[in-house]
Amino acid sequence: MSELFSLFLAAVLINNIVLTKFLGICPFLGVSKKLDSAFGMGVSVIFVIVGASIMSYGLYYLVLVPLGIEYMKLITFILVIATFVQFTEMFIKKYSPALYKSLGIYLPLITTNCVVLQVALDNISNEFNFIEMVIYSFAVPAGFMMVLLLFATIRERLETSEIPEAFKGNPIALVVAAIMALAFSAFAGLV
Amino acid sequence: MDRWKNFKSGFLDENPVFGLYLGICSTLAITTTLNSALGMGVSVIAVLIASNVIISALRKIIPDEIRIPVYIVIIASLVTIVEMLIHAYSPSLYSALGSFINLIVVNCIIMGRAEAFASKNSIIDSALDGLGMGLGYTLSLVTMSLIRQIIGTGSIGLSNPFTDDVIFNFQIIPTGYEISLFKGNVGAFLTFAILAASLTAYKNSKKEAKKK
Repeated sequence: MSELFSLFLAAVLINNIVLTKFLGICPFLGVSKKLDSAFGMGVSVIFVIVGASIMSYGLYYLVLVPLGIEYMKLITFILVIATFVQFTEMFIKKYSPALYKSLGIYLPLITTNCVVLQVALDNISNEFNFIEMVIYSFAVPAGFMMVLLLFATIRERLETSEIPEAFKGNPIALVVAAIMALAFSAFAGLV
Repeated sequence: MDRWKNFKSGFLDENPVFGLYLGICSTLAITTTLNSALGMGVSVIAVLIASNVIISALRKIIPDEIRIPVYIVIIASLVTIVEMLIHAYSPSLYSALGSFINLIVVNCIIMGRAEAFASKNSIIDSALDGLGMGLGYTLSLVTMSLIRQIIGTGSIGLSNPFTDDVIFNFQIIPTGYEISLFKGNVGAFLTFAILAASLTAYKNSKKEAKKK
């Protein structure tokens, strides 16, 4: 049990996917201007990553390994992710129009979120068992969401402050990210 | 003349990394050394030209509704080929780039050029566009890795990716005076922010000059 907990903690805080592995920077910069949209993006990313990871994990061990075509994993995974995102979009649209309204615009963007592909590939390269895989697939996007929310609150305040002309927009956001990365580096060695 | 302009815009004005903010993830992650920056740049150029050419050649056959999945499959196949080539011929580069070779698939530059350029233009134009954008990307990677490697480790070096022989290696900052923070994630974000701001400042000054 404690092993699973440390796996979770390491994925959320120490090896935070955005600040230490530089993945998912595009949505990190794109949808962090408002707290509401950051929350919507975070929830959709958690949902898609858990779903897509379980499906690609199953496909890898039940289809690709028995057939001996492991080198096809990249093509398989990216197709699984693209289909799963499309499927989720249609499903939510049909059964919960209210949720679709708040998440709808973020869902297509998730296909190109490198975190999804990275988690699916990590699950294989780290040789996780099923439970570890589910925990890891939840922890990584949870860390993404936490940083995204923190970042969105800082950016809401940045809007009203005076910034040099050239730094307006994304450059100042990256400076903020650098300072956050510095703060998060203090978590190293926690587990 | 028009082609040349298209080709050139990828370097500065429409630089994919610092101007359009595409492909940032890989830029931040693998620019710790000049070697991995060049390796990544060349792999992306290869994939980008090939995917642009294939997509442009097939642009009249691919149905509009399912074009994105088709593009993804084409790009993923090309990336798998490149990954196997690197794994076979340059193990040191393979371990330096790690999973970022696989992540070329979701590099927004490739998808973006396929959607915005190759799906509408002829094969030669698309190939040139791929080369221009790819060189712009490589140029950004090299600039960033130069800054980070010089400040972070104090030296600058390049070695042959196939045989691991050192081609050159200069010590620029004496040992003990380097700022190792620049090797890590903090330096990556900071260097990127400063370079992006410089490009914006340059564009702004050009606009001002035009007004006068």
